[in-house]
Amino acid sequence: MERIALLASTLCYLFSFGHTLFELGAERFRPGRFNFLTMALGMAAQGWYLSMRGAAEHACPLGTLSETLIFLGWSMALLYLAVGPAYRLSLMGAFTAPLVLLLQIVALLLPQKPTMVHSHQSAWVETHAALSLVAFGAFGLGAVAGLMFLVQEGELKSQRPAPIFHYLPPIHILSEATLQILWAGFILLTCSFASGLYAHLMVAGGKLFFSILIWLLYLVVLVGAQRGLITGRRFALAAAGNFIVALLLLPVIQHLSRQ
Amino acid sequence: MNILCAGINHRTAHLDVRERFAVRESEMAEVLGRLRSIDGVSGVVMLSTCNRVELYASSLCPLRALEGFRDILSERTGLEAPLYHLVNPEAVRHLFRVASGLDSMVIGETEILGQVKRAYSVAAEAGAATRSLHRLFQHAFRVAKSVRTETQITSGPTSVGSVAVELAGKIFGSLEGRRAMILGAGEISERTARSLQSRGVRSLIVSNRTYERAALLAAEIGGMALHFDHWEKACADVDILISSTNAPHAILTPEKILPLLRLRRGVPLFVIDLAVPRDADPAINQLDGVFLYDIDSLEQIASQSLDIRRQEVIRCESLIEEHVGGFLSWLKSVPGGGRAASSIS
Repeated sequence: MERIALLASTLCYLFSFGHTLFELGAERFRPGRFNFLTMALGMAAQGWYLSMRGAAEHACPLGTLSETLIFLGWSMALLYLAVGPAYRLSLMGAFTAPLVLLLQIVALLLPQKPTMVHSHQSAWVETHAALSLVAFGAFGLGAVAGLMFLVQEGELKSQRPAPIFHYLPPIHILSEATLQILWAGFILLTCSFASGLYAHLMVAGGKLFFSILIWLLYLVVLVGAQRGLITGRRFALAAAGNFIVALLLLPVIQHLSRQ
Repeated sequence: MNILCAGINHRTAHLDVRERFAVRESEMAEVLGRLRSIDGVSGVVMLSTCNRVELYASSLCPLRALEGFRDILSERTGLEAPLYHLVNPEAVRHLFRVASGLDSMVIGETEILGQVKRAYSVAAEAGAATRSLHRLFQHAFRVAKSVRTETQITSGPTSVGSVAVELAGKIFGSLEGRRAMILGAGEISERTARSLQSRGVRSLIVSNRTYERAALLAAEIGGMALHFDHWEKACADVDILISSTNAPHAILTPEKILPLLRLRRGVPLFVIDLAVPRDADPAINQLDGVFLYDIDSLEQIASQSLDIRRQEVIRCESLIEEHVGGFLSWLKSVPGGGRAASSIS
């Protein structure tokens, strides 16, 4: 059943992405309900998978890198469904779906490890881990908004905008959305650190260094953008760049957590 | 009952002629009353815009209705009206095309739908519309909505002013409270500024080498005049810069714009260069946060939008055809509605 749930969610994201490519190819893209619906179904199937894993492990299902990536994809889809309509960010689903699909495919390709039943952990430790990944999900969505900014800015600079230009939101809105989503992610990450401290999690060495590094990277970018010290383009590049760094460090942090 | 459409439009008559036949809204009730008094005419709706003067009538005898309409127009203007006329399927199709913007000078423009709605509402209030005309116009509004939502006939801006407004919207989102500056008091920059004003730009600064001209334009558009020597200082606070001076060389260079950008704290600057020769060095478009459009690029976007709209016309026509069939089926089902139209030649 777990495999079915995982495949179902992958197919939903694949349909969402495929539909986008088809519409863009036909130069007739209109942001519709299809992306939203397929993303919602994909997220529901991921949720189903994670709940089965959680029940089997008696813990938040973050035991393997594969589960971590699925949890991250689920967080991104969840935040998109919450944020997209609020900001009226049309096409955000079209940009989010391929990223979630990529995470899902990597998760599927990773070797599946046998289920490990955990002894009861502190609820604060579970909160720490879950909040961290939801924060990463927000960073991912911020990177998507940043990417949309770069595409729209490129269209505006080209002086010959392609049809997608008409459907992408204004760069000012995208910049605002990126800022607010990243702030939300940063606050969640800070809360995650606080819950780890409260749970007396002993963190040192590499994990502490990389975690603080990610936190600092976002803090610098957010303060710079908030105070108007960096241009919209640099902020969007930083949002995308920081997420790539965070994504690359995620397996390292997870590996160090298990030690 | 037959549906007759008769009138003149931008294709059949020049503006000089159309303006003579135009009927003001204050005169409409009286004209509708006279039209209804034509023998055999049961209901009328009259559409009078800058591009067309058209009568839609439900009549047992379209020939008599047409002649009566011609007489009334001639009496009002002293001119022979060069009327075209359409009956039943053609008249219904024509109204659906008009309401959908397919018969407009700029294909797909949406202002006409509001004008058709207003014409219908005036006729309905005057008690001049019959059941078949009520049904016809309600159907036309549905058709127009369907054409707009199911096709790309309204896609993209089609004039320099509307392109500038759309681009500004794609940069700043809402234009409410944004500030604009006009350099050089030319006609196109005035029109562009007015388009931006219509979307919420409130603060407008006009700067021209001849201060009096700047003051005149500023007074006309409700802006503020500024001596040309001071425009660079004021530029740091504006979001949209419309330039159309007669300068023989570029006055907006990276050297001038770069220091302004530092003061803007990341807020973008939209430069609309309408001058020939150009006022802006194309290199400023490479600066972070600056978006430069010259007259060629603006006109090219407008032309692209029109191309898209022209390609959509076939889809629109096919949608309209389905609705014409639907309306005519209803008309035939109404007692007396299936009668053939009198021949008009």
